[in-house]
Amino acid sequence: MKIESDPNFLDDRQLARIRWRCRRGLLENDLILARFLDAKGATLTEEQVAMLDTLLALTDNELWDLIAGRCEPEASVRPLVDELRIA
Amino acid sequence: MAKSFPVMHFDAVIVGAGGAGMRASLQLAEAGLSVAVLSKVFPTRSHTVAAQGGIGASLGNMSEDSWLWHMYDTIKGSDWLGDQDAIEYMCKTAADVVYELEHFGMPFDRNDDGTLYQRPFGGHSANFGQKPVQRACAVADRTGHALLHTLYQRNVRARTQFLVEWMALDLIRDADGDVVGVTALEMETGEAMILHAKATILATGGAGRIFAASTNAFINTGDGLGMVARAGLPLEDMEMWQFHPTGVAGAGILITEAVRGEGGILLNANGERFMERYAPNLKDLASRDVVSRSMDQEIKEGRGCGPHKDYVLLKLDHLGPDVIIKRLPSIREISIKFANADPIKEPIPVVPTIHYMMGGIPTNVHGQVVAPKDGDPNSVVPGLFAVGECACVSVHGANRLGTNSLLDLIVFGRATGNFIVSENLKAAPHKPLPGDAAEASRARLARIDNATSGESVSAVADTLRKTLQAHCGVFRNQGLLSEGGPRAARDAHLDQRSQQDVQHRARRGARAR
Repeated sequence: MKIESDPNFLDDRQLARIRWRCRRGLLENDLILARFLDAKGATLTEEQVAMLDTLLALTDNELWDLIAGRCEPEASVRPLVDELRIA
Repeated sequence: MAKSFPVMHFDAVIVGAGGAGMRASLQLAEAGLSVAVLSKVFPTRSHTVAAQGGIGASLGNMSEDSWLWHMYDTIKGSDWLGDQDAIEYMCKTAADVVYELEHFGMPFDRNDDGTLYQRPFGGHSANFGQKPVQRACAVADRTGHALLHTLYQRNVRARTQFLVEWMALDLIRDADGDVVGVTALEMETGEAMILHAKATILATGGAGRIFAASTNAFINTGDGLGMVARAGLPLEDMEMWQFHPTGVAGAGILITEAVRGEGGILLNANGERFMERYAPNLKDLASRDVVSRSMDQEIKEGRGCGPHKDYVLLKLDHLGPDVIIKRLPSIREISIKFANADPIKEPIPVVPTIHYMMGGIPTNVHGQVVAPKDGDPNSVVPGLFAVGECACVSVHGANRLGTNSLLDLIVFGRATGNFIVSENLKAAPHKPLPGDAAEASRARLARIDNATSGESVSAVADTLRKTLQAHCGVFRNQGLLSEGGPRAARDAHLDQRSQQDVQHRARRGARAR
């Protein structure tokens, strides 16, 4: 991902794009992802964005199972899943 | 911005990639038509994924069943207000469409003998209401999810063209009033296009998010209904909404009926088990509509809980931690996450919550959109179709029977596809686009692009949702509605904003005559 201004944080447009991609088929996921972005969106790192992309590629039920703690994530995305679980 | 938009041509354009849109597109793509399916989110993230219960079909795999009994249950469930010809067609066709899905590879639950398993469901009866019957075909509690993935994969195989993260803007109607396509925005680039089509199918789902308390995902904003209304066509039965009695207050997440089945009870602010007054026999297990109305009555009469007295409590702690942890684990999860309450220790705040829209864009059984014209109340709007929750066929009347939502999607998605195939569109030329095809969309986009000040969309939407909740909720009467209508219009600033749209329509109407 190309970072234009501050190399550490996302610009508004990138954040808006991520926010739209967090629109899901299950309300549970919508609510958790919205809460997470409201709290942490402005300070997301490139690494977190990559993890989020991986998680968003999952089906709605897989994603909710992870957030609800019904199953455990791969090590590569665990830090973000942990954040979503407390969002 | 350019005066007009670039044009793409298709035989059929479908707006929405949920179960209904993808069932229709599959029928068209397999018949060799060029089909574009627009979706503002990735197709398998449509709200169809949230349907858990199953698909009702009188296969009779568990015990004797008949489409006539299914028809009776559907009509009775609709409060006798459904279209009985359409219901007959749906219930008669149900077995065929379910077997078709099985052949598409949908992984239905099965019996030991290999036939499809069918589970019991509220309102499903044998012999015209005499005894319960098992009629719901399911894939565990993820039937909608399995349906969506099955249809998406079949569509990829059939070479349906998906336009993902595209937002449809407006219907394009020519001087005869025929629909010849849509304008749409590719969200990634912000580029607007005209999608020129011989058939345009709206499959945009319900509009549950127009209410403050809704079980629907954020995407269920009723975009197709807005497109139809802006094109000057009426909607049908928009007062008919199904409420689920127990949505988590402030979040909307469903708490399943099973909780009350296990012994959960509803309390008002005085700690009174109020359902004993409204339904002395069934109490908290009375039907959805009775429980919703009772809860609303308690709140309206000032016995709601919390600082705003706007919810009641669902108490479970008397069941004991063992029962809750063993039998209702996901409910505990939801309650802790979305109500900040552990039901082992404290009750869950709940309110009657919007769940399903029975009304919508009026259609016949072929999915053709109909509107009053020259004295004919059901005159077909050539070129325009609608399927799924956004459409009103109307098979649900005033109240949808459980498991009939997925059935509606696949029966009428397929029927609409078949009808369009039978019209032999492949050979027919496109009807020409009117000269001002993109004008309404262009003007609207330009206004938004050039706006330097104004209100935030989400703030306006929040006010509108609260007004709808207060004035068009569980109870609707003349006083509330008469007050709420103008208030909603004010919230949305319709009086100012619609000015140019009205003028635009008037010009178009004058030409049509």
